[in-house]
Amino acid sequence: MFKFFEPNKIFQITSKAPKYVLFLFIIVLSVGLTEALILSPEDYKQSHSVRIMYVHVPSAWISLGIFSSVTFLSISGFVFKNKNFFLISKSLAPSGFVFNIIALVTGAIWGKPTWGTWWAWDARITSMLILALFYAMYLISWKIYNTEEKVFKITTFITILGIINVPIIKYSVDWWNTLHQPASINILSKTSIHSSMLFPLMIMTAAFALFSLLIFLMKYNTELIKIKNKGLDRL
Amino acid sequence: MINELLFMNGYGVYVLSAFSFTLLSFAFLYLITKVQFIKEQNKFVAKFGSLNVEKANSAKSQRINKEILVNATNN
Repeated sequence: MFKFFEPNKIFQITSKAPKYVLFLFIIVLSVGLTEALILSPEDYKQSHSVRIMYVHVPSAWISLGIFSSVTFLSISGFVFKNKNFFLISKSLAPSGFVFNIIALVTGAIWGKPTWGTWWAWDARITSMLILALFYAMYLISWKIYNTEEKVFKITTFITILGIINVPIIKYSVDWWNTLHQPASINILSKTSIHSSMLFPLMIMTAAFALFSLLIFLMKYNTELIKIKNKGLDRL
Repeated sequence: MINELLFMNGYGVYVLSAFSFTLLSFAFLYLITKVQFIKEQNKFVAKFGSLNVEKANSAKSQRINKEILVNATNN
């Protein structure tokens, strides 16, 4: 099964895919921005500040999703001794980190008109900040450690520690009294958000997911060429 | 209409700065990733160009190397 993931086989696809993904991303983002800034209604309580949700929520979702994927791939790479899994997780992490920062900054901007403060040491916000620190540690480890074996071990260890924080982020609003509101969208129970707001939120989430796919593909191709550069040195 | 879109009942500064920060972060990450990719691709082409015929043929036998060269010439 893992033969399917061999770089030599998938480079043909990954090298051509970015231009199509970029095209699709621009279209979906344009529709999403029109919906989010112009067509969607204002909230009866928060007025127009609710529009920040369309960038804040998808960023938070995607940063959590990417960190979970990075952890799963790192552990799989470690268990099955597959280097390509580490390469995929290394290529996913930068966009996850940027989405995490976007979630924190847009959350702070949303906090000012809603709560009257840019920042609070609230359980949800603090745990998101901790996730950003884990992302930073993960990315720095790839920069500072040169030996493959060491970097694989350390990055896997960081992701295992970091993944403990993911359910804490998810349930922090239920476990503690927080300034942050509880989840409005639930897969298993009834969603409390109106469809006129849910639609733009889903479009923006699709656009952000396409952007992270684009960055992943570009980064993965860069990593593969880096490996091939080393191969040419050995010839 | 445009005034309403920019002002947003006084929330325009918050909404537009959140969206601007997001889009600028996207542009920044895209450009950094693109520059890194082009740098590695150019390095590969330069290294490949410095190989002798025998080594170049051996390197070309790998499909991925051929793909990198084709992509580099197309870009």
